[in-house]
Amino acid sequence: MNDRMRRIGLAVLPIVLAAAVAVLLLLAVDAPPLRSFNLVWNGSLGTTNKLADTLLTWVPLVLAAAGLIITFAAGLWNIGIEGQIVIGAILATWVAREVPGEAYFIIPATLLAGMIGGIIWGLLAGVLRVYGKVNEIFGGLGLDFVATGLAVYLIIGPWQRAGVASTSGTDLFRAEVWMPEVGGFSWLALTIAVIAVIAVFFLMRGTAFGLKLKAVGANNRSAFLLGIPTDRYMLAAFALCGALAGLAGTVQATAFHHKLVPSISGGYGFLGILVVLLAAFRTAWIAPIALFFMALSVGSTQLSLRLGLDSAIGGVLQGVLVLFALLAGGVQAKRHLGKRRVAGATLVES
Amino acid sequence: MEELATIIATASPLVYAVVGETITEKAGVINLSLDGSIMLSAMAAFATSFITGSVWLGFLAAILVSAGIAALIAFSSIKLHLNQIAVGFVLTLLAADLASFLGDPYVGERAAHVEPWAIPGLSKIPVIGDVLFDHNLSVYGSYLVVIAAYWFIFRTKRGLELQGVGERPEAAFARGIPVNRLRYIYTIIGGGLVGMAGAAFSLDVKLGWRDGLTQNFGWIALAIVIFGGWHPIRGAIGCYLFGALQTLALKLQPVWPDLSQILPILPFALMIFTLLLVYLDWFRRLGDRHPGWRRLLASDPPSGIGRIFKRE
Repeated sequence: MNDRMRRIGLAVLPIVLAAAVAVLLLLAVDAPPLRSFNLVWNGSLGTTNKLADTLLTWVPLVLAAAGLIITFAAGLWNIGIEGQIVIGAILATWVAREVPGEAYFIIPATLLAGMIGGIIWGLLAGVLRVYGKVNEIFGGLGLDFVATGLAVYLIIGPWQRAGVASTSGTDLFRAEVWMPEVGGFSWLALTIAVIAVIAVFFLMRGTAFGLKLKAVGANNRSAFLLGIPTDRYMLAAFALCGALAGLAGTVQATAFHHKLVPSISGGYGFLGILVVLLAAFRTAWIAPIALFFMALSVGSTQLSLRLGLDSAIGGVLQGVLVLFALLAGGVQAKRHLGKRRVAGATLVES
Repeated sequence: MEELATIIATASPLVYAVVGETITEKAGVINLSLDGSIMLSAMAAFATSFITGSVWLGFLAAILVSAGIAALIAFSSIKLHLNQIAVGFVLTLLAADLASFLGDPYVGERAAHVEPWAIPGLSKIPVIGDVLFDHNLSVYGSYLVVIAAYWFIFRTKRGLELQGVGERPEAAFARGIPVNRLRYIYTIIGGGLVGMAGAAFSLDVKLGWRDGLTQNFGWIALAIVIFGGWHPIRGAIGCYLFGALQTLALKLQPVWPDLSQILPILPFALMIFTLLLVYLDWFRRLGDRHPGWRRLLASDPPSGIGRIFKRE
């Protein structure tokens, strides 16, 4: 077997293994595997309606993943992204509730507010990291808890539904705030996501900023000695990721829920980390991988509706796939030691 | 007094997890999967206890599950040179989802749990007896684990080796210590203790199984390890501090009914920000200015932590 064949084999192997795990899990709970796959397909991409639903969940995930590409390039684990999504949604909700105006004015205003919210929360984690020497994983985690607490407080407190304080969410926004749809497809949200992915692609590939950011991530000290202001680049990475996360939060609030709910982040921040790991930090791959992930997640709800299974099986498959991909990447890197940098191995000893 | 006893009992699962992770990190490996490991082992413990009727088998199942995850992290790091944070993070999400999926049939069921057992004699001591010795085996085990870990790490030759492997792997290797084999062993032992934390949740402190039963406790445990400066006793103190915050939040619920939904979240945020203090420079300088406090405040991570040891 030559080298090329072996490489392809190692790329396909995780998919085959993940599928095998899926079949085993389904058999373990007495579910028919073929019918289950069929349900997932029909429930996610198979019909126009379901495709529209899946694409609407794809938007926040791909936005989060695009942002994480930037922070990972700088060698940062932006665990605070969940909080950045939440604060983006909170500021967008505030504008949606308080600012009057027609759709052409209020929708851009909510998007801008969401971005500002995400940037503030991202910069907070950045300042803790850069000036406080606080590990960004724990600083980000703390900020996630604060953001969730703030969202819950606003929902049961100042923004409670008329008469009842419940954690089910605020009142629905007025119709002008809702992101526009055509035939069920939220075209504006989709456009924003596509533009964001393309922008990040060119930022990382074709600009001096992207190149220097990668230098900061690859070797912070060398980059500093070469005259790159590493602190400012790390802060910029947090701010850019926060902006994209804030957009994701805005889409969650104004295009999906049409209100603020406690679980507004939808876990897309953490899931975005899995997407970027599976994409091996390559921007071009995050769009298809995110679509596949969302097909699994949205399709799995059919398994719970029709077969009474727990819909977490979608998450299990996503995790298994990424885990096997990392392990296969490690095996491959061991074979080609030093020749190529592969998923997961790139961040070693950061 | 009753509150103190509650704090000691509710903090006991975290104590297991913090001591386990401290041992793992002392050996130079980061097991980031705690939040998922605890969740999956809590589910495994409950399901095993439900099926077999044996609490002991429940604990054993939890230990095996979590030690297995830890072994995978050690393998991917030592053999495949993968990033421990990346693998740990994936396993966090994977294990939590697996727990939801496999645990679905057991939601709302009742199973055998850890029975209360006051230690004869000791529990009769005024005050201390009520606070410390009127619980159950799971809680007493958490004291033993802290003391045993402290004694082992700082008072035995093997403990010294463990520290060497985490601090200066190259030097340890040069002295003939099998660095990677010890890293496997201590990562797996640490993982086993994390599994006991899961079992202590579902079979004792939080009786039962539901989705998200132990959510965020793993992250808090990871934070407390740093807060405790990689020292089992200081880590345990961190756990009791967190337990106190939780008990306080519970007590305040009737006082501020409007805030009852966010009070349970507050201890997590507060704990993390207390931890952040430890990182700040002025806090470290405090230790330098008062040498007596240095022992109390010093919190430098094992210098070989997260680094892969390669034999040249």
